[in-house]
Amino acid sequence: MKILTKWLRQYLPTLTVDDATLAEDLTLRGIAVEGVFDLGAGNGSLFEMDITTNRVDAMNHYGVAREAATIYGLPLAPLGFPLPEAKDGAGFPVEIEATDACGRFTARVLRGVTIGPAGAGMLSSQMAGLFRLLEQKQISNAVDASNYAWLAMGQPTHTFDLDKLVGGIVVRRARKGETLKTLDGVERVLDPEDLIVADHVKPLALAGVMGGWESMITQETRNVLVEAAWFDPVAVRRTARRHGLHTDASHRFERGADFNAGPLASALVVSIILESGGEIEGELVDVQVAAQQARTAARQPVLLALKQVQRILGTTLEAEGITAAAVEGILSSLGCGLSADGEGQWQVTLPSWRLDLDREIDLIEEVARVYGYNRFANTLPAFAGAVRHLPHAEADGVLRATLRAAGFHEAISSTFCSAADAGLCAPQPGLVVPLGNPLSEEAGVMRASLVPGMVTMVAGNLNRDVADVRLFELGAVFSGSTEKVEERPALAIGLTGSVGQVGPHQAPRVLDFYDLKGVVEQIVARFQAKSVYFDTFPAEAGITPQWLHPYRSARVVVDGSTVGWLGQLHPRLAAERKMKAPVYMAELYAERLYRQALARPAVRELSRFQPVRRDFSLVLPPAAHWAQLDEVLGQTGIPELIDWRVREVAREGKAVAGLAAGEYSLLLGATFQATDRTLRDEELQAYSAAVLQAVSQVGGRLRA
Amino acid sequence: MGSSDVAANRSLLRWVHKPAGRKTTSIPSRDLSFLLRMMNFDEQTLDASFAALEDEARRAAAWLASPEAVENFRLEWLGRKQGRLKQLGDAWLKTAPLEAKKTLGQRFNALKTLVEGLLEDAAGAGPSNEALAAEALDITLPGTRRLTGAEHPITRTMNELIGIFAGLGYSVGVGPEVETDFYNFESMNFPPGHPARDTQDTLVIAGQERRPLRDRLLLRTHTSPVQMRTMEQMAPPIRIVIPGKVHRNDAADATHSPVFHQVEGLCVDRNITFSDLKGTLDHAMKALFGSAVKTRFFPSFFPFTEPSADVQISCIFCAGKGCRKCKQSGWIELLGCGMVDPAVFAFAAEKQPAYDPKEISGFAFGMGVERIAMMKYGVSDIGQFYQGDVRFLDQFA
Ligand SMILES: [Zn+2]
Repeated sequence: MKILTKWLRQYLPTLTVDDATLAEDLTLRGIAVEGVFDLGAGNGSLFEMDITTNRVDAMNHYGVAREAATIYGLPLAPLGFPLPEAKDGAGFPVEIEATDACGRFTARVLRGVTIGPAGAGMLSSQMAGLFRLLEQKQISNAVDASNYAWLAMGQPTHTFDLDKLVGGIVVRRARKGETLKTLDGVERVLDPEDLIVADHVKPLALAGVMGGWESMITQETRNVLVEAAWFDPVAVRRTARRHGLHTDASHRFERGADFNAGPLASALVVSIILESGGEIEGELVDVQVAAQQARTAARQPVLLALKQVQRILGTTLEAEGITAAAVEGILSSLGCGLSADGEGQWQVTLPSWRLDLDREIDLIEEVARVYGYNRFANTLPAFAGAVRHLPHAEADGVLRATLRAAGFHEAISSTFCSAADAGLCAPQPGLVVPLGNPLSEEAGVMRASLVPGMVTMVAGNLNRDVADVRLFELGAVFSGSTEKVEERPALAIGLTGSVGQVGPHQAPRVLDFYDLKGVVEQIVARFQAKSVYFDTFPAEAGITPQWLHPYRSARVVVDGSTVGWLGQLHPRLAAERKMKAPVYMAELYAERLYRQALARPAVRELSRFQPVRRDFSLVLPPAAHWAQLDEVLGQTGIPELIDWRVREVAREGKAVAGLAAGEYSLLLGATFQATDRTLRDEELQAYSAAVLQAVSQVGGRLRA
Repeated sequence: MGSSDVAANRSLLRWVHKPAGRKTTSIPSRDLSFLLRMMNFDEQTLDASFAALEDEARRAAAWLASPEAVENFRLEWLGRKQGRLKQLGDAWLKTAPLEAKKTLGQRFNALKTLVEGLLEDAAGAGPSNEALAAEALDITLPGTRRLTGAEHPITRTMNELIGIFAGLGYSVGVGPEVETDFYNFESMNFPPGHPARDTQDTLVIAGQERRPLRDRLLLRTHTSPVQMRTMEQMAPPIRIVIPGKVHRNDAADATHSPVFHQVEGLCVDRNITFSDLKGTLDHAMKALFGSAVKTRFFPSFFPFTEPSADVQISCIFCAGKGCRKCKQSGWIELLGCGMVDPAVFAFAAEKQPAYDPKEISGFAFGMGVERIAMMKYGVSDIGQFYQGDVRFLDQFA
């Protein structure tokens, strides 16, 4: 919205501050001036305003002038447009049928007018000058007069060609099947909910939105009906929405117009039209609906207590704080009426143009706003409580810290994915939740898994020629129905490429499945668990998620509960995304992991006796897996066997001397240590024999 | 590399100690290969042979002056493949008669113990200065860095804010990303038909049209619904910060994203005032951007607060002098806040009667995490936060 300071100063004859100061002071009071443009000597400035929607009353020159008057404590020139005496006449009949939606309708009849360029009278010349500065095109005296009243007071008005009206005005709801060609030339079929201004035979206008084509003012018009009315915000909004219209008039009515502005705006419009000739016939017809008046212009006074003002607003920089005099000065300047109601209390009547004021707190806000927010002190409230932590905050932190320490960057991706990706990755494909108004087809549903987002991010890096990627995302995944949506925290991990060269002293190392498994193991190890295992399923069982390589994937099970899946991204899926290098990916159901308590360090006594390390070069049959070997070693029951691990493993896939077809070799490292003695040779020999005995249970033997 | 870098490197190089030629730090070992061809394994011969071996081991060990020499000595005697003990053992065990083999094992063990002892002694004495000199490194070569992962700048900023408010006694609250109209709008005092409810602004779950308005599911447009969820659960006093992901039906551009993050705050107690709100946010902005930062408050409008304010901070790029980043104004708008509207308390009071606006008061504030992160870290495109671009994230490691 544009405001001319030259126009403002007409209403503020005693205003002395310059335009820049005025802009700053208005802005600090919530009447935001976004830009100040100098219009040259004698013309003042043009303010580009950004006024919040609750302050529709200030979206015009008089409204802004009132704010300035309040800020500076200056008198505001009253608006008044004295009209010539009317010739006798009955006025035009007006009836408000839709009393729920129209609170007031004023109509004035003008006869013998000349429709054309605005005249040379005082108001018309003033208008021409201001319109020029605003770059507002002049159209005709009648249209310009309406625009002028709009810019000056923010009150919409409308002029009808009186000779096109039959009988009288009826403000009513449209009837089924009625049509109206509006001023934009569109023939509209009316809805029975539409609020219209009609005559006794036909619709004339969409009330508060747009006039009709048939009754519009033309060069030939000689007799005019000037309308200035008050329509209900909801009724206007619905009518405007139904017809896809947004006009100045609808904008104002939707946000609440001034119930009392009609007669004044009408007088202003009439004054301008009459400067080109014509006369008034009859008195102003002014039909009001008492119930609407009662909830607008004649609202009940609000009780305001000074101690409530002080309780909510607190300490000011000036020692005297907010005084009764300050409250009275500010509110009365804004148009409120204050009458004392006991000590430090007022009954406050509310201005008809400020429908946003309704409660005591609204008045407190006005006091704070005009007093100036920055005149309040910066204080800190006392606090005696304790800070509570969210149940999963520590677990979240542990996941993030573990992954960062392992070299993974945290990433955040979209909350949405395509229905196709959700179908492929959702743990429960039947419970994918679609959006009603998705941003795009690719973002059609709530993500049911973090995998699609992770695939997109890894692919994005590879497309940008970033070959080494280690990412994780911790975020919500969604499942359920459109009736009820469940949100759970999940963790996705993605990696590809190598541990990039970390310095000239070490060669890059290609990342593989076991890098992924290792970090998953590290994460799981941060939680208490009685059992953790990884298993896999035959491809044909249909249990492994489809996004995983059927033979290079595993399920993670913690205390009997599946906490996630990991493995190589299915190579066909990778190929679809043009990813040539193998990509490894895991998804953990963090919510299930969080059911386990976090692991707490528990120290075991360190032995002061020497550990003895023995390596066993083993040959194992093809079907023997490490998990089995691990299990039988665990069952040896030797307390002194404190550690065992795979040191090397070689599945050659080709014939190796000393190995039968499919057999493979594995170097097992075992460490023996007692807490109370140095181990003797005989003991070690017995332990070694027990280890080999265990190995034999899975079909393994010592390599010759 | 610029010329100044070259100069810097040159000066660094002067600190590299250059060894002055290589000195012999051990003597040539004696040829004992004849022992490999030994055919006679009587006790006497074995005594003599092992004595010769011991003698040679002691002689050579006496000259060990560097770790390198010690290692060579170890390999020469104890090497797994080429070591003397291994070679002699293999050779002799092949040719020796059965009765000699019995003692051979013990003899070899004794010799091995001796050599190990010599090695320990040699190592214990430590290397000579010359030996140290021979080990000089080019310390100007880059170090080997262990790559660690980066905290996402959004997480980092949220954690920073959480930490600042924790210092003022604020706990963390969270809530769902899919919300009902009731929590997102109605209980936050948005009137029916408010434009924010429009699907042009708000992303909604499919199939809500036939449900009662307050039950309709949508993607929360702000973290404010957690205010109501918290108050319903808990009587005052309350101090919470609410970090979280929010969504709007916005087209993406350099500064807008349909997905973004907010940190919301709520403080409710007896006698919480507007000046407390000012003081709290002034403190938080100074903690976040440095103590030189100033704040100023402007009237604004939010349905759930009254009075409402927008907060500007003095431009952190030009210290308030005026620059391109602050459009020459010296100020940057950063957050919205206000005193909790009594209508919001009325909703809370339905479940927790203690939220009586005559007795208690409170303030709430909310800020965009992306915007703060963009300012703090110089990010110009908001989209970079959601791409998982390793090159971008590397900078936060
Ligand atoms: Zn600046």
